[in-house]
Amino acid sequence: MAGGYVPGVLGSFAHIDAAIATITALRAKGHRDLTIYYSHPNHELEEAAGHGVSPVRRVTLLAGMTGTCAAFGMQIWMNRDWPLVVGGKPPIAVPSMVVIGFELTVLVAALSTLAAVVIFSLLFRAKGRVVYHERFSDDRIGVFVPATGAQAREYQALMQANGAVEVQHVEG
Amino acid sequence: MATSIVDLPTGHTPYPPITQTHADVTRDVVGTLSPPGKGYLALLAAAVACFVIGAATFLFMVFKGLGYAGYQPPIFWSVFITTFVFWVGIGHAGTLISAILYLFRSPWRTAVYRSTEAMTVFAVMTAGLFPIIHIGRQWIFYWLLPYPNARYLWPNFKSPLMWDVFAIGTYLTVSSCFLIFGLVPDVAAIRDKVTGWRKWLYTRLAFGWQGTDNQWRHYSRAYLYLAALCAPLVLSVHSVVSWDFASSLIPGWHGTIFAPYFVAGAIYSGIGMVLTLLIPLRKALKIEHMITEYHFDNMAKLTLLTGTILFYAYGMEYFVAWYSGNTFEQTTFWRRAFGPEWWGGWTMIVCNAFVSQLLWFRKIRTNLTALFVISIFINLGMWFERWVIIQSLSNDFIPYAWDSMNPTWVDWFIFLGSCGWFSMWFLLFAKNFPIVAIQEIKEFIPMPRKSGAAHGGHH
Repeated sequence: MAGGYVPGVLGSFAHIDAAIATITALRAKGHRDLTIYYSHPNHELEEAAGHGVSPVRRVTLLAGMTGTCAAFGMQIWMNRDWPLVVGGKPPIAVPSMVVIGFELTVLVAALSTLAAVVIFSLLFRAKGRVVYHERFSDDRIGVFVPATGAQAREYQALMQANGAVEVQHVEG
Repeated sequence: MATSIVDLPTGHTPYPPITQTHADVTRDVVGTLSPPGKGYLALLAAAVACFVIGAATFLFMVFKGLGYAGYQPPIFWSVFITTFVFWVGIGHAGTLISAILYLFRSPWRTAVYRSTEAMTVFAVMTAGLFPIIHIGRQWIFYWLLPYPNARYLWPNFKSPLMWDVFAIGTYLTVSSCFLIFGLVPDVAAIRDKVTGWRKWLYTRLAFGWQGTDNQWRHYSRAYLYLAALCAPLVLSVHSVVSWDFASSLIPGWHGTIFAPYFVAGAIYSGIGMVLTLLIPLRKALKIEHMITEYHFDNMAKLTLLTGTILFYAYGMEYFVAWYSGNTFEQTTFWRRAFGPEWWGGWTMIVCNAFVSQLLWFRKIRTNLTALFVISIFINLGMWFERWVIIQSLSNDFIPYAWDSMNPTWVDWFIFLGSCGWFSMWFLLFAKNFPIVAIQEIKEFIPMPRKSGAAHGGHH
């Protein structure tokens, strides 16, 4: 393995129950720094990983509210700055602002949600460069645990006992 | 690997087919990106040629003036607005299938949503060209946007045309984001399978995706919220487009039915275009085992539902025109059926209201040749629906001013160019990106277990 990687043990699993048994065992040993790779969303693996609900939801809500306020604020300010009486309606006619209010709510919320995914993925990722295998985007589940020395050998044995099809000791 | 999937009603083909494994799905979808054949290249060349003809005609019009496009009273913006509404409408099926059916956990959307989503983005991209083509001085199109300027002017926010700028802009942005966001894990899967320049390209387009627990944790939530944000856009965008017409006092336009009528028509036309594109595409890309009769049956049912709503709306428009006792309204609708442009009115009614009723029969819904022919009628009928609506301008309150639309070769060549532009992007997408969502199909295939018990990963 080329240098620059976080030292540890990477197990490759063909069976989900084997991967979950390994994740559970490693978490029981106090590891909260696992990196688990899988090719598509799966509830069982998400539960085993033990993460809480993503904070993205708060960003979506706050951004949506910001979009609504910005849209109404913009229209009120611009209608006051350049008062146009159209169709007998007053310059600040709230019903006419609803469509743009809705559109900007959606636009700001959607763009902020995307930005939040990028930021949170960067913030909460493992420290350092973790080894990856191309089959993890295909049909294998990967479990990486940072470890060195005797501990690494112990985890290697654990993964093999649980049914890993391949175990790799990363020296770093 | 165990492969049986979701419980489907008796009589339906199981989905995905029982021979598929997770690795098969990746392999089959990556297989669609193999070097293109002569047929594909010929189609792409034809699309590019149409686009070039349209672009050259547009440049001619810019230099010579809008009068060359058949702009004369009482109808100025004729084929261009017809085509604008046609393409916006087509853009609705994609988001309906990808976002609304995702929220409803509808299993059949999985295999078809990526292609419909791409179709949506390209259709809205095409539609967005037409207001710019129409405005005459294209180089100052940004005057539509509210930005601080030396003239101390702001746009008229009470105009539905202004709402449309925001509605279409938001729809294009959000649906593009939704498409690109959904593509990221699939592009990463392809990155890990290909070599050469494609590996270089997909490595960059995958944005560092590795499918870690942390990435999926945020991704899955964000995808759900994006779907929830996109869902109301399906209903709102074409409602706003309909208000461009309905908020005026022109006979035939000033009706409260316009928003739901337009939305149903948009979904109907969108599914029609999906059928036109997917029936040949699945064969060309050899993915018949992924997009099966089961999917077409469901899309045909959606077409039947929206076609029937349109049938009701057409009937209701005529009934209200008669029942209102309003001479101008009655005359407009009389002329639609028996006036000089009667052929447009009847093309609309036959293609949309009557042809869609053939889909009550399951034999027709599952016969792909019949479905393809019906989809062509739908495309034709929906273009004519917008043509007929625009015809309302030809006979408003002053009979002295009555006249018909007079499109010229410039109108038709720019329309042809829009078809080329749309087809070009869709063909390029189909051969360079996964047309079927790899990671979502895998969700329906149970993860293998040491114990041998199958357990679906879908949620």
